[in-house]
Amino acid sequence: MSPPLLQVRDLRVHFPVRTGGVLFADYTPLKAVDGVSFDLAAGETLGIVGESGCGKSTLGRAVLQLLPPTSGAVAWLGTDVDLADKAALKARRRDMQVVFQDPLASLDPRMTAGAIIAEPLRNYHPELSSPDIKARVARMMEQVGLLPAMLNRYPHEFSGGQCQRIGIARAMILKPKLVVCDEPVSALDVSIRAQVINLLMDLQRELQLSMLFISHDLAVVRHISHRVMVLYLGKMMELADRDSLYRAPRHPYTRALMTAVPIPDPDQERAKPRAVTFGDLPSPLSPPSGCVFRTRCPKATAICAAAAPPLEAVAAGQLVACHHWRT
Amino acid sequence: MAAMGLLAPNGRATGEVRFAGANLLTARESELNAIRGNTLAMVFQDPMTSLTPHMKVGRQLTEVLQRHRGLGKAAARDQAIAMLRRVQIPEPERRFVMYPHELSGGLRQRVMIAMALLCGPRLIIADEPTTALDVTVQAQILDLIRLARDETGTSIILITHDLGVVAGLADRVAVMYAGRIVETGEVRRIFKTPQHPYTQGLLACTPRLDDAATAALRTIPGQPPNLQRLPPGCAYHPRCPYVMDRCRTNRPALLPAAVGGMKACFLDDLHLKAAS
Repeated sequence: MSPPLLQVRDLRVHFPVRTGGVLFADYTPLKAVDGVSFDLAAGETLGIVGESGCGKSTLGRAVLQLLPPTSGAVAWLGTDVDLADKAALKARRRDMQVVFQDPLASLDPRMTAGAIIAEPLRNYHPELSSPDIKARVARMMEQVGLLPAMLNRYPHEFSGGQCQRIGIARAMILKPKLVVCDEPVSALDVSIRAQVINLLMDLQRELQLSMLFISHDLAVVRHISHRVMVLYLGKMMELADRDSLYRAPRHPYTRALMTAVPIPDPDQERAKPRAVTFGDLPSPLSPPSGCVFRTRCPKATAICAAAAPPLEAVAAGQLVACHHWRT
Repeated sequence: MAAMGLLAPNGRATGEVRFAGANLLTARESELNAIRGNTLAMVFQDPMTSLTPHMKVGRQLTEVLQRHRGLGKAAARDQAIAMLRRVQIPEPERRFVMYPHELSGGLRQRVMIAMALLCGPRLIIADEPTTALDVTVQAQILDLIRLARDETGTSIILITHDLGVVAGLADRVAVMYAGRIVETGEVRRIFKTPQHPYTQGLLACTPRLDDAATAALRTIPGQPPNLQRLPPGCAYHPRCPYVMDRCRTNRPALLPAAVGGMKACFLDDLHLKAAS
């Protein structure tokens, strides 16, 4: 069997944060991502969900090698990525692209839409002639639902939805193998969101892409993902294929998230149990001992404070880190 | 914002907003100041920018009581702390002397709600009160708003883009498009038999947590309109799947719909049912 496109093993990204000291600063590590492992197959979409500060975006950036991991390994098609080898890294980046949350802020305001979409081609295909590049950009624009006649317009002349289409065109024009989408529809109007979700799903099928789809919106993630990972304070709580996770969530945190999402149906929304979590996210600088979710967990007992629960396979393809997943 | 007299200087509001007998749009600033924060309160979307950053939370709360209720310092402090406790803020005495930036987003929004409730308002206008919060905190805040409404009997105008939040909290719904109300009705009626094509489109294009389908989502084509160059006739006609000739020239009035509520659409109810 061919190796998965991406293998992530025990990935940790810690940021030193100054927490005191007068002459000599004291630093405490902020564990943004703390021991995350997963595989990503070709053509697969892995949804990554969790609340703000859970490490979703940091994980995406570490996978893209935009941030150096503190420890752990990211293997690409079976070979480890060597961060020191700049030429190899550049070659690899051709195959890994990213779509950001804020469509306007992630486009250079002084470049035209055409120049923005063409930039990756110019970087990686210096041999292409200008008419060739122009033809490919026009084709890409059509593919993402933009009129090629808008080639010479600047980002501020486009709506938010159209800017996100430009960002998607820029990510797709090199036909990458992996695209990390970091909250790509969160900043968009409800009526535009569905258009962009459909576009991403179409492109994924056409180009046989793998996607990491990072989002706090569990309904959107259910729609677009094959498998879903739930993160909390940098640690993986549950990883399962989409239907198992949404039909039978095992981790109390996953259940809490699902209960908290409002359903657009008055009868169902009013009949469901009220909020099951308490309080706010603890400070990531001093996470709780043992299981990091225990301070908000309705099932927490003494063992949860004493020991961090290991990831257990509870069913085919379903991993859960909880002492009490059976109850 | 218009009802509260909080429009930007270049905004002008005409018409009438009657609150407990007074027209808010023609009221003098001093009259408004006696009403705002007192019987008419507001909860804003972003509690970080709507609380004063250089004032301790406690002072911002007691200020309201001293001004509107004429309480002394000690009495105001006691009432403010009691209110912080009522909105389920842990250790209210400790939070009382903190600055807004020392609190989490969820706690800040609880402080905003405590401030709105202080004078026992008859109406609270909540503008996207949970949009900036994570879902688990959003669920707690919505529970709190529901509890406050049931305990005090205050009315709430809840402004939101999240149909799920509407489904959980609202009794009646008004759907707006391009500055106008296009449909109103009792909440169950709006969700079960939406009458305006825009309401139908919104409901259809929202991915649902309880929906296992992975087929392409239904979409509303095109873009929200530019308010400076609204299309003639019905503002929704360029995006409407049922557009007719007269929609392009005439604007439909908001009229009673056969299934209850009101709608601003030329299609008759029967036609809509057959088409959907």
